[in-house]
Formats: sequence, structure tokens, C-alpha cells
Amino acid sequence: MAPVTEVPRRLRPRPSTTDRIFRGGSFSIGFLVLAITGSIGVFLGFQSIPTLRHYGLHFFVENQWQPEQDIIGISAVLLGTVCVAAVALAVAFPIAFTTALYISEYAPPRLRGFLVSMVDLMAAVPSIIWGLFGRDLLEDHFLVYVSHWIQQHAGWIPIFEVETDPNAAVFQQSRYVGSAFIAGIAVSFMVIPMACAVMRQVFSQAPLAEREAALALGATRWGMIRAVVLPFGRGGIIGGTMLSLGRALGETIAVVLIISPAFDLKIRILEIGTITVSSLIAGRFAEASAGQLSALLTAGFVLFLITLLVNTIAATIVNRSRSGAATDI
Amino acid sequence: MTDHTLPEWPGPPIGTETLPTAEIADRPLAGYHPTQYAPPPMAAPPAAPPRSGRPYRPSDDLPEIPRDLHRRTLDDKVSVIASAIGSLGLAWLIAERIMPVHGFAGFVPVWFVCYVAIYGAVTGVGNSLVVVKDRLASAVMHAGAATCGLILVGAIAFIAYRAWPALPHINFYTEDMSGVRPQDPLNHGGILHAVVGSLIEIGIAVIVTLPLGVGTAVYMTEVGGRFARVVRTVVEAMTALPSIVAGLFIYTVLIVYVHFPRSGFAAAMAISVMMLPIIARAADVVLRIVPNGLREAGLALGSTQWRVVWHVVLPTARPGLVTALILGVARGIGETSPVLLTSGAPSFMRVNPLPNTMNSMPLFIYFGARSGEPHYIDRAYGLAMVLLAVVLILFVIARRLARQRGGRS
Repeated sequence: MAPVTEVPRRLRPRPSTTDRIFRGGSFSIGFLVLAITGSIGVFLGFQSIPTLRHYGLHFFVENQWQPEQDIIGISAVLLGTVCVAAVALAVAFPIAFTTALYISEYAPPRLRGFLVSMVDLMAAVPSIIWGLFGRDLLEDHFLVYVSHWIQQHAGWIPIFEVETDPNAAVFQQSRYVGSAFIAGIAVSFMVIPMACAVMRQVFSQAPLAEREAALALGATRWGMIRAVVLPFGRGGIIGGTMLSLGRALGETIAVVLIISPAFDLKIRILEIGTITVSSLIAGRFAEASAGQLSALLTAGFVLFLITLLVNTIAATIVNRSRSGAATDI
Repeated sequence: MTDHTLPEWPGPPIGTETLPTAEIADRPLAGYHPTQYAPPPMAAPPAAPPRSGRPYRPSDDLPEIPRDLHRRTLDDKVSVIASAIGSLGLAWLIAERIMPVHGFAGFVPVWFVCYVAIYGAVTGVGNSLVVVKDRLASAVMHAGAATCGLILVGAIAFIAYRAWPALPHINFYTEDMSGVRPQDPLNHGGILHAVVGSLIEIGIAVIVTLPLGVGTAVYMTEVGGRFARVVRTVVEAMTALPSIVAGLFIYTVLIVYVHFPRSGFAAAMAISVMMLPIIARAADVVLRIVPNGLREAGLALGSTQWRVVWHVVLPTARPGLVTALILGVARGIGETSPVLLTSGAPSFMRVNPLPNTMNSMPLFIYFGARSGEPHYIDRAYGLAMVLLAVVLILFVIARRLARQRGGRS
């Protein structure tokens, strides 16, 4: 009798017909979305070619935007964008940082969930509401006086200069409205919850054992935070701040509502008049000819590239901190 | 006395029994020790002098009370209250008499600075520098969180206050603005067209983005591969697209090049372009946290990958997906810049989005707030309150669903 050799059953790891349809279908959806989203970037890039060819590098150093005289440049626009975003970050960072630490370390545990929801709710408030709040309440009744006060006491610092006499008998209120400072504060309300949410999440992931070890060694709460939570959350702090910077750079409506457009190349943030890329687009798209539209798209493309760069760096930092690589002290 | 006899041992003789290891693990080890069954002493033995070398102290007889770590000590309470009162006086002196800061908004920061200074000094009298730092840090954290809360509450309260004139009018909710002259009072005209326009636009945007976004997420997590990584990279990159640039893209392509009229449909496309990366990315995150064991269990039972996705992965992730969708809708419904460029802003009701211009909530608020007409501004604030309420309701629904994530739905 011939020995029976065991022949292993042949497995065919080929997907079934439904699976092939499923994979093909989901691939085509993925491809479609890639095509849609990718085409936006490519489209913006292509649109900026004629502009850059026409104006060359002057596009980046010219500060005027006068299409009638064929003088177009975005240096003032970019500077204004950076000023507004910088003010927004300078205001948002301390508030977001302390709120995140408060929620993760100081708040009573019963309140914590509620506070987290409140921060998320704050993130869901539409930007136009922050714009109204900033323009009609804060600007008129508060920030104009704050600007004046800062100018009086720190006016010798170039960024706090205002071209008017701070100690004039009649307070020239109209010189202090519509500034990058006020727009930046309205934008900061939008980015506080973003930065706060990222930071809080990273803080709450700080290892419990190390926290308890610090407390068991006799550390105060602040000592524990400095020794454990902050080193662990460093990536989250930086990443959250940069993510909110990305949002602050692209914010439109709150800025449009508040600022009075001016294409001056200046860093006097308290003074009336500034312009950002997004408010430039919102203000000028309607009467734009084909060439101007291309210039606006180029400005938008530059803004997109900056935002993309900032967001990518932020995402890298946040992801690295979550993997625990930043825990080595 | 029965107390002094050993109770009957219920099991086999001690030491001979064999127990399954699990049962041994469950029992307390001391249960096997014969002394456990020794009679309890009739009375507590007289306090023996301590065995250590140190002399006997009366306090050794007292039961040890653990120090209460949670409650605030008298020192804590008094220093907080006293510093608050003291700083109030000092702040009044500085703000009202010495420095030219006036008004409530100027007073509060001065008070806080005084409070921190006095609190630090008071704490420093009886405590080390470490404690001083701890208390000051705590004060700063509380102040920061309070500022944040004040901003949110202040904004909502301000909008509600300014919206009050417009809200009680019934016609505000049931009419559009057709035929309303600029000086007409608030009992003429309303916001219905803007609300309906917003709902239609966001509805189209959801119809477009939901299948595409979830489909992309399914492709990225379930199928995977090198191309999926490319898709994920590009989608994540496009979340950085500023919403005004999304609007400008649709404006240039649809309206300038294709000569499509400004319409609700174009606005819906602009919102879709803005929402698509957000929803795809959120859905991707939700699908990635579906446990792999569930997928493998489904596949091991012999089902195809499609059935695993449809019957296991997507139902498991459903609450999370709905949350992602609702938060995306809340974002899309309040975003002004894409619709500003693409939709036009008629003052009357339109329900057909395809060839016609269409108003929407953020756009109505924007133009109303910039109009300079007092009644238009009032209506804008009224609508802002309505928009805020819509976002709040969407948000609460999203929270409810997200909380069910641990459940079976």
C-alpha cells in the first residue's frame, strides 16, 4: 500500500468578488478625493505662475495693491497677517496654557468633563460671532483704552507706537480702532480652544506613576507639574500652539469685520489700519479682473503654503510627543 | 465555654486537601493558619511598654490619626481671604488714586496683580519658597481658566443681550426680507430665507462630503497600502487650506471660468471643499480606533472584508462618525468666507439652489452687521443668536452620541 502523503490544502488568498468590488470602489473614492483635494493645490500653484512671471520677485517686496497702476505686491499683506497672528498667539497662549493646566490638574474631577465640553463648545462658536463680540463690545468699550494705555506707558517700543500724541487733551479714539491688535484679540478667541484642547489632551496623558512618584517624594502640586507634566507635555504645548497659529493665519471674517484696510508696511500694531491675506481676498475678489484674480490666488497660495508648513511641523511635534519619545527627562 | 473551642473545620484535614489553583488564589492565605481559629482574648492586654529604646510617652496610647491631606488648613483659608481683602484695598488705591486706569476692566487686572503679590508675601512669612511658588502657580492657573470662561460666557451673554430687541417678534422667524425698507422697524421682515438657505447649502454639502469623506477614511484604514498613505498625506495637508481660499477656488473655477451663476449650489460646493478634508480626517481617526480584534474575529468567521466593514467596523464606529459629521456641520454652517464669495445675498426666499443666488445665516449676519442701519444690525444680532443656538444644539447632540461610544449602539 502506497504511503499517503499529506498534501496541504491549497489556500487561495485571493479576495472574493465582493471584496474586489469593495476594494476597487473604496480605491476609486480615495482616488477621487485625492484628485479633488490635490487639484486645489495644483490649481492654486498653476494660477500663481502668470502672476509670478509678470511681477517676478517684486510681488513679494512691493507693499501696494493698486491693480489700476499695475502695482501689486504682498509684503504689507504678509506682514499684516503675521502681526495679527502674532498678537493672537501672544494673547491665546497664556490663556490656553493655564486653562489646559487648570482642567487637567486643578479642576475638581467632577467638573472636568463639563469644562472639556465647554472648551469644545468654544471651538464650535462661529468666527463671525467672535468678530461681532470683538468689534462691538471689546473694541469700543475696552480695547481702545487698553491700546491708549499701552501707548502711553510703552510707546517707546516700536511695535506699540501710534502716530498721535498719547497725552493729547482730547483722546483721539479714531487712531486706535481697526488695528492689528484688536483683530488679533478677536482671532485669539478662536484659537484659544484649539490650543487648549491639544495641550489638555497631552497633559492628561502624563504617566500616572510618575505623577504619584513625584507627589510621594513630597513635591507640591506645582512641583509635580514642573517635574512631570510639563516635560511630558512639551510637544503638545509647542504643537498645539503651532496648530492654532495655522488657524490664526487663515482667519477671515473676524478680521474683515474689525480692521480698516491699509497697505502700509508697518509693525505699529496699535495703530489704525492693517491688512491680511484673507481679508485682502474677501475685500477685493468682487471687482477683480482675470489678472487680479490670479494675483489674489497667488496670495492665497502663499498663505496656504505657510499654513501647510506650520501645520505639518505642528502635527509632527504633537505625534512625536504622543508616542512617548519626549518622556525621557 | 464554646467560645474557647475550635470550630469544626469544614474541609479535609489541614494540609491534605488539594485545591484548584484558582480557588487557592481566591482564598485569603491566612485562612489556613490554625491560629486564626484561636479564641479571641477576653480583654485587651495592658499596654506594654514600647520595646524600643526610647522612653514611654503618653501619646503612644492614642490611636494614630492620619493627617488630612485634602482639606485646607486654617493657614490656607486665612491667607487666601486676607490677601483678597488686602489686595482689594491696595488695588483701589493704585487704580483710583495713583495710576490713571479707570473702569472695571482696568481695575480687575490691577487687583489680580496686587493679590498675587500680597498672597505670595503672606505665604512667604510662614512657608518655604516651594510652597509660595505652588500657591502662586495655583492662583495664576485659576485666573487663566476664569479668563477663558469669562470670554465664552461674555460672548454668549453679549450676543443674547444685543439680540433681545429682535427675538420676541414672531415675524422675525416666519418672514424673509423681501420688500423691507432699511428704516422699517423690527416687526417687518425676518430671517427665514437665511435659515432655509443655510440648511439647503449645508444639506448639499453633507450629501457630497459624507460618502466621500467616510469612503476615503474606509479606504485609508481598511484597504491601506502605499497609495492610501499618499491620500492620507494629501488629505491632512488640505485641512490646512484656509476657508477663504476654498471659497476663492470655487469662485474662480465655477463662477469665473465655467460662468456658472452665483448660487446656493456654488456655495454648497465651497463648503464641501472646506468640509471634505475635515470630515475625512475625523472619520479616519474614528475608524482607526476600532479594535483590530473585531475585524479579525469577523474575518476568522469567514466573512468577506466588505461584510466586515459594513457589519462590524462601521456600526462600531457609528457614534464617532456621527459626532465627526455633526462637528463638521457645526463648522460648515457658521463659516462665512466660502459663502461670501460664491452665493450672493438676495433678500428673499429661494429654495432652488441650482441657478439662483441664495442667502445664508453667516452671510446675513455679515452684511447686516456692516450695513450701519440700526434695525439691520439688530436683525443680524438676532440671527447670530439663532446661529449660536443651532450650533449649541448640534454640539449637545454630538456630545450625547459621543458618550454612547462605549455602549453597544
